[in-house]
Amino acid sequence: MASETIALSVVNHGTRPIGDRLHDWVVTVDHKKLGILYILYALMFLVIGGIEATIMRIQLIVPHNHFVSPQVFNRMFTMHGTTMIFFVVMPVLFGFANYLVPLMIGARDMAFPRLNAFSFWLMALGGFLLYFSFLGGSGLYGAGNAPDVGWWAYAPLTSRAFSPGHSSDYWTLALLVSGFGSIGTAINIIATILCMRCPGMTLGKMPLLAWLNLVMAGMVILAMSPLTAAQIMLSIDRYLGGHFFDTQAGGSATIWMHFFWIFGHPEVYVLVIPAFAFASEIIPVFSRKPIFGYPVMVAATVCIGFVSMSVWAHHMFTIGMNSYANSFFAITTMAVGVPTGIKIFNWIGTMWGGKIDFKTPMLFCIGFLFQFLIAGLTGIMLGTAPFDWQLSGSYFVVAHFHYMIVGGILFALFAAFYYWYPKITGRMLNESLGKLHFWLLLIGFHLTFDVMHIPGLLGMPRRIYTYEPGRGWEVWNLITTIGTFIQGIAILLFVANLIFSYWKGPKAGNDPWDAWTLEWSVSSPPPPYNFASIPTVASRRPLWDIKHPEDPDWKYE
Amino acid sequence: MSSAAITRPSIEPEWALPSRGRVGMFSLIAAEAAIFTIFVVAYIFYIGKSLSGPLPKDVLELPIFGTVCLLSSSLTIHLAVRALRNAKVGAFGLWWFVTIALGAIFLVVTGREWQRLIFEKGLTVSTNLFGTTYYSLVGLHAFHVTAGLIFLAIGMILTLLGKVKPEHSERADIFSLYWHFVDVVWVVVLTVVYVIGR
Amino acid sequence: MKATAHKTDWGSVAGPVAGVFILLAEVLLAASLCSAASGPAIPSIFKPESTPADSIYGLSVLVLAITGLIFVIVFGLIAYAVIKFRRRSDDGPEPPQVYGSNQIEIAWTVIPVLIVLVLFMATARVIHAIQDARKPDGAIEVTVIGHQFWWEFRYPELGVVTANELHVPVSDPSRPTPTFLKLLSADTDHSFWVPRLAGKTDLIPNRVNNMWIDPHETGVYVGQCAQYCGMQHAKMLLRVYVDSREQFDQWVQEEKKSAQSRDAVNEGRRIFETTACVNCHTVSGTVADGRFGPDLTHLMSRDTIASGATPNTPENLKTWIQDPDSIKPGSLMPAMKLNDHDLDALTAYLETLR
Repeated sequence: MASETIALSVVNHGTRPIGDRLHDWVVTVDHKKLGILYILYALMFLVIGGIEATIMRIQLIVPHNHFVSPQVFNRMFTMHGTTMIFFVVMPVLFGFANYLVPLMIGARDMAFPRLNAFSFWLMALGGFLLYFSFLGGSGLYGAGNAPDVGWWAYAPLTSRAFSPGHSSDYWTLALLVSGFGSIGTAINIIATILCMRCPGMTLGKMPLLAWLNLVMAGMVILAMSPLTAAQIMLSIDRYLGGHFFDTQAGGSATIWMHFFWIFGHPEVYVLVIPAFAFASEIIPVFSRKPIFGYPVMVAATVCIGFVSMSVWAHHMFTIGMNSYANSFFAITTMAVGVPTGIKIFNWIGTMWGGKIDFKTPMLFCIGFLFQFLIAGLTGIMLGTAPFDWQLSGSYFVVAHFHYMIVGGILFALFAAFYYWYPKITGRMLNESLGKLHFWLLLIGFHLTFDVMHIPGLLGMPRRIYTYEPGRGWEVWNLITTIGTFIQGIAILLFVANLIFSYWKGPKAGNDPWDAWTLEWSVSSPPPPYNFASIPTVASRRPLWDIKHPEDPDWKYE
Repeated sequence: MSSAAITRPSIEPEWALPSRGRVGMFSLIAAEAAIFTIFVVAYIFYIGKSLSGPLPKDVLELPIFGTVCLLSSSLTIHLAVRALRNAKVGAFGLWWFVTIALGAIFLVVTGREWQRLIFEKGLTVSTNLFGTTYYSLVGLHAFHVTAGLIFLAIGMILTLLGKVKPEHSERADIFSLYWHFVDVVWVVVLTVVYVIGR
Repeated sequence: MKATAHKTDWGSVAGPVAGVFILLAEVLLAASLCSAASGPAIPSIFKPESTPADSIYGLSVLVLAITGLIFVIVFGLIAYAVIKFRRRSDDGPEPPQVYGSNQIEIAWTVIPVLIVLVLFMATARVIHAIQDARKPDGAIEVTVIGHQFWWEFRYPELGVVTANELHVPVSDPSRPTPTFLKLLSADTDHSFWVPRLAGKTDLIPNRVNNMWIDPHETGVYVGQCAQYCGMQHAKMLLRVYVDSREQFDQWVQEEKKSAQSRDAVNEGRRIFETTACVNCHTVSGTVADGRFGPDLTHLMSRDTIASGATPNTPENLKTWIQDPDSIKPGSLMPAMKLNDHDLDALTAYLETLR
């Protein structure tokens, strides 16, 4: 192949004034910068959400505590849940998707760069609106502050009668605005993956991260809208005198629940599927083997995507649906555990027969596997409806979903941080600090969330600002709170590592992990245009083919 | 690095992927379909559950004229796009304008019906469950028609300024998908509200 | 990957060791949980005393056994993989690149599907047994109305109205006398949860739900509202008094009586009837017939006030009337702002409402 060289002028970033460089970040449409913005935004809210959690745990450390008032506590659990789901986990996953998907499919940017920027700023506005409620929520009655209706905002608690002031409106508006941003990002991800893969990269040859983000984006498209619709209905009720959820006028409280959970359940799969993506990219590299059963992994994920749309009312087993409805949702809930379990087996199959290197990303992945297994099993327990009649609305459920989100998703996310930080910044994160972060987090996590199951089994409901002594709940709440502080230290260590390594970390080079997907073929950090020339691929592991020309993957796929 | 190697493309097998705009528009339509589905479900759920006030059979009249206008506008936008694809910018502009006119007539007809319902029949969004679900569903649809009209108007202005060329037919086609979707939604709304619900 | 000097990779050993440690700790916790002192004061779902709770307990044992077995197997596989296949030397070729195996995929699809089927059949049976149970003739009927933040109990056939502390007769399996509860709500969503007697069922406005209990042992069973209903959700506590048949009948007789009027407390009664109290509270046999707050006709028959928030003592009663926010901030009982004399008189009157 003939090639020509063209001289490119080098832009020396170090000498540009800080104002110019900040302006760059504000107006950027580059997927890499937007990805970093999403991630940094999410990290900020992770710390804020963690403080809200710590406040709650201190209040619950002993019964009849007076650390905060019930008003403040109720705001804390509402804000903590809303923040963590919508302004931490969703943005950080969108951020990684934004950064990695074009690089991994051999594209120069996302399909719609300006829509990308718009979506980010919508999400950022949403977060700002939610927190502005602390100041602006009073409204005419002088009542209201931050929302205190729980992150599901069940009707009719959210009606004007029971939630005067504007606190519920800030909840609604913040999520409406960021919801539009999420839909924009989802459209972008789908269009990018379907329309911008490099030559040779058929759908069967693209990295699992791309596949899983495609499924996730499809689910956002279908699942975000029910929430948007329900919130529009709620606003019509609160401001135009509508009666969607007005039980006095014959409206239904349960229809809010249906609409919310039709969004809410696929939402948690939206959160976990990108975590699966991280594990599916990292475990193979550190086991030195390709992912076991790529086609089955794709099929299982698509299957999860579809089946998870049919399980939503397992959040509503106690509302008095008839036995047929309860049975239906019980079986669909248990059914979705099958493809999920298959994925766990495939990850184990990937490690099996490999040569596992326990660097920090792999440690976090193993933690993810272990904890996701347990979380999935407690999920099966909750799916057996009568068992859920006892456990729903109790600390058992709180323990289950934190096991999923913290033990599963957050651990996989940390694996992703340690794995891709070198690509994004050009420097390695400190390995010793990383291992310390892992072990501290593991200990703190298990102290808190293993033990948290027990008060649920002993009858402790959730969303209570205090509890009665003598019910056997005290010691477990004490231990749970202690674990919180250990986790906090671990997270702060991580933030310190992020900052410290940015300037002092060892240089990473293109491919510090000896990996196989396209992002490792470019410099760290990548140039703005990603690839000097768009690559052509022949297999799922293009860099494996280059490094092992005698035994390329395309011979076996 | 001050230079970059650029390979001259050799003859490669054809690598054709769908157009971004089309995929993006289909994704948007899917999301919008999901929102409308929820409003339709709410409407159907609340049929017959109003505790008081005017009922659908008392006040609703089948909006035949408005429907004909809106559904015809799907045809006219299709003709517009076809004209542009055949490089007939003038015909395109004409059909595009007719589309706008038909859509605007639909909105006026809807507005007149709402005026009648509110001032003569006493049905507002806060009257009863029927009022709430009716105005929300029809209103959401009308909002989408309005948004479509705004984009159509922008297209009209660009056409009059001479900036629209045959190579833009793909974009016009992608936009027309949205307009067709709005029409399909109207068929659903018509059936649910004016046929089934009455 | 860069070559590193060979040294024991403690990470690979520490991992499974930590895992086993956690497992052992957990088993110990679970064991201590199951054998924990059972008083009725501890509302453990593993100490059922009523058929719905029994059925759920039976199902839960099966589910825990199956999921426990799955956990042991899969965790064993993870631990084995992590130990056996750790990188041992710093150099060496890549391991055999295995891409998958259709047989294995089929195996680990079919087995989970079978497990799901077994679990589902057990689940469906319990769902049906509890939800579709027929009401026998001797059943007690109670209408439960959830309020922010208290429980209203009406026994329509027995003509009894009370609040917060539910009295039911013990049910003899040979001649069952279960209590069937009809669940309504006056305002927002609530949930009736007494773990030792049954799973929870929600109270939802504009909706009628049903549940039943048939307690086998007399005693007091505690629970509380389990669906966030506003500011004082945490103190919407619940007590179920399972009485012997004789005790229950006697209780019913007492509750049906109107309030006795006693001259000694006339002043207090006058204060009660001329202050805003009558707007919210009912005392049968007097002009007070408010429905917004609990029926006070037999206030003194209850062990607690403010829906379990505090014991029913004269001191607490006075505090509750003067400054409810000190006991239950955000409850809908207004601070009555009486002077000391009136407060004493009023409390003396209330003390006669046995």
